[in-house]
Amino acid sequence: MSRLQHTFEELKKRGEAALIPFITAGDPSPQRTLELIRTLAAAGADIIELGVPFSDPMADGPTIQAASERALAAGTTLTTVLDMVAQARRELQIPLVLMGYYNPVFRYGVERFARDAVAAGVDGLLLVDLPPEETNEVKPATAAAGLPLITLLAPTTPPERTKRLAAAAEGYIYYVSMTGVTGTQAVAPAAIRDVVVELRTLSPVPVAVGFGISTVADVQAVAEFADAVVVGSALVRIIGEHGSDEALLDKVAAFTESLKQGCKKNNSN
Amino acid sequence: MSYEYPDERGHFGQYGGRYVAETLMPALLELEAAYAEARNDPAFQKEIDYYLKNYVGRPSPLFFAERLTAELGGAKVYLKREDLNHTGAHKVNNTVGQILLARRMGKKKVIAETGAGQHGVATATVAALFGMECEVFMGTEDIRRQSLNVFRMKLLGAKVTGVTSGTATLKDAMNDALRHWVTHVRDTFYVIGTVAGPHPYPMMVRDFQAVIGTEAKEQILATEGRLPDAAVACIGGGSNAIGLFYPFIGDSEVGLLGVEAAGLGIETGKHAASLGAGSPGVLHGNKTSLLQDADGQIQHAHSISAGLDYPGVGPEHAHLHDIERACYVAVTDDEALAAFRKLTEIEGIIPALESAHAIAQVIKMAPAMSPDQIILVCLSGRGDKDINTVAQAMKVEL
Repeated sequence: MSRLQHTFEELKKRGEAALIPFITAGDPSPQRTLELIRTLAAAGADIIELGVPFSDPMADGPTIQAASERALAAGTTLTTVLDMVAQARRELQIPLVLMGYYNPVFRYGVERFARDAVAAGVDGLLLVDLPPEETNEVKPATAAAGLPLITLLAPTTPPERTKRLAAAAEGYIYYVSMTGVTGTQAVAPAAIRDVVVELRTLSPVPVAVGFGISTVADVQAVAEFADAVVVGSALVRIIGEHGSDEALLDKVAAFTESLKQGCKKNNSN
Repeated sequence: MSYEYPDERGHFGQYGGRYVAETLMPALLELEAAYAEARNDPAFQKEIDYYLKNYVGRPSPLFFAERLTAELGGAKVYLKREDLNHTGAHKVNNTVGQILLARRMGKKKVIAETGAGQHGVATATVAALFGMECEVFMGTEDIRRQSLNVFRMKLLGAKVTGVTSGTATLKDAMNDALRHWVTHVRDTFYVIGTVAGPHPYPMMVRDFQAVIGTEAKEQILATEGRLPDAAVACIGGGSNAIGLFYPFIGDSEVGLLGVEAAGLGIETGKHAASLGAGSPGVLHGNKTSLLQDADGQIQHAHSISAGLDYPGVGPEHAHLHDIERACYVAVTDDEALAAFRKLTEIEGIIPALESAHAIAQVIKMAPAMSPDQIILVCLSGRGDKDINTVAQAMKVEL
């Protein structure tokens, strides 16, 4: 059983939704990222999404754009991201998923990347700008390496397409809660509840919800009907404000602990 | 030669495709279906033809540049006068087509990205004609360089949104236009200005711009009784170039020559030669040739011409380059400026700085050709918008 599967099984037994914090790898520095991964894991994160910085993050709002710029300015590359994962993996079992844009992976070489990522301890790959129409150039390599390629579904995805993509999903499904970029609007849990509930019946893998989830109340509301909740910009904002402070890790730990409280379902369904 | 691109999934050889977030995929599939249907509807083509003739002023003339030809002492030079179109550039050919399609699809809002401002003006113009809401994304660096076009867009009723991220030029404007589109995809039509972006844009924009080459072919046959030896056009994203080239692709005797911006010189790293000095990669929804580093981060482009200041190029050009059907060269800022002045002085035509790159290449190649040879060059736009930039380069205070 993979680390991802194991994590979801354990959470199911405990009646909890998974908390998936997102941070940009290398923001504000590779060393700091390692400390942040340790902090997040200790404070209750169940899975961590590590953003691979890209010069032109078209699906991201200003907060994550700025984080990408900071990480690139600190010299982060896809190779150094894999190094960060390998270092974290020596001491931690928490699933680590890389999330980013296709070009850095394409340049690295898809086959070499899939092998190196699994060797470093990466548990899943999420490429924002690689829709199912183009995955045939990546799937053979990720399948051969045993690296789940996570499927994104959006509120604009029509029902037939949703059914087809959900049935073929690997790792988990990332349901984008709204039309928009990251970190600019608040999620409306009531509006997506039915879709997510239905998605869980269509999918062989768990369903995570992301975009616009920034408060404990948001987490609590979404955790009622989703398998996992992704919090990105709200956390990245703290890193942006306190990147060089002594207080950074304490602030991140406190925020993560509070979010995790929201994942504990009162009426598990 | 048989040339049938793109394939049904929008690929030109290894390039093209649809590399966008899932949120946009349904909109692209909807657009693809709507365009496929419109493309086969004679009434849609008739509507486009009506506006191209009566609103844009097509066909644009093919002008024999007699004095330039005499001075260069080689091949005959013919200018395809896209600068005489309404709004002053070839861009309007495409915006008429896309906005008519948007209307057909029932969309009431359009957005666009712009570099030099020509595409922004062309979009704002046609949006005004049809009473549609229009927002144009433009890098703040370009807003500074192209203040005249910014004011034109505002007069036309468009909202101009400044983009400060990255280099604050065309690439960043396209990022923000895509971000806006993903947020408002349900009621907004994105009018892309060049032959780049996700499928079906590269194909659709090519089809709308192919009127340039189709007319030019008829005109040169009527005037000279034969096809040209070379067709030359400048390339940023490459829409005027593909418009000129496409109808000639099957005519193997016609050399196709695209002219990229070498900026301060390829060796300085400050240029926009995405084909000459780029490598395959994925940006703005398509796989193409890009200026990027070894880690796949997109590099900054540089050109004195805002319309060429882009680190990518349309995927069909990358394919034509790979199969060696078209040839791509680059000319520097200085060469383009010299050509700008030359055409102005001896033909009385002030070209856009973009188009001046194509003229600069003609100045280089014509003398080595024989007087019975013919060069067809696309004069893609007029240069009024560039007067401030040129004055600054000449150190003249206006």
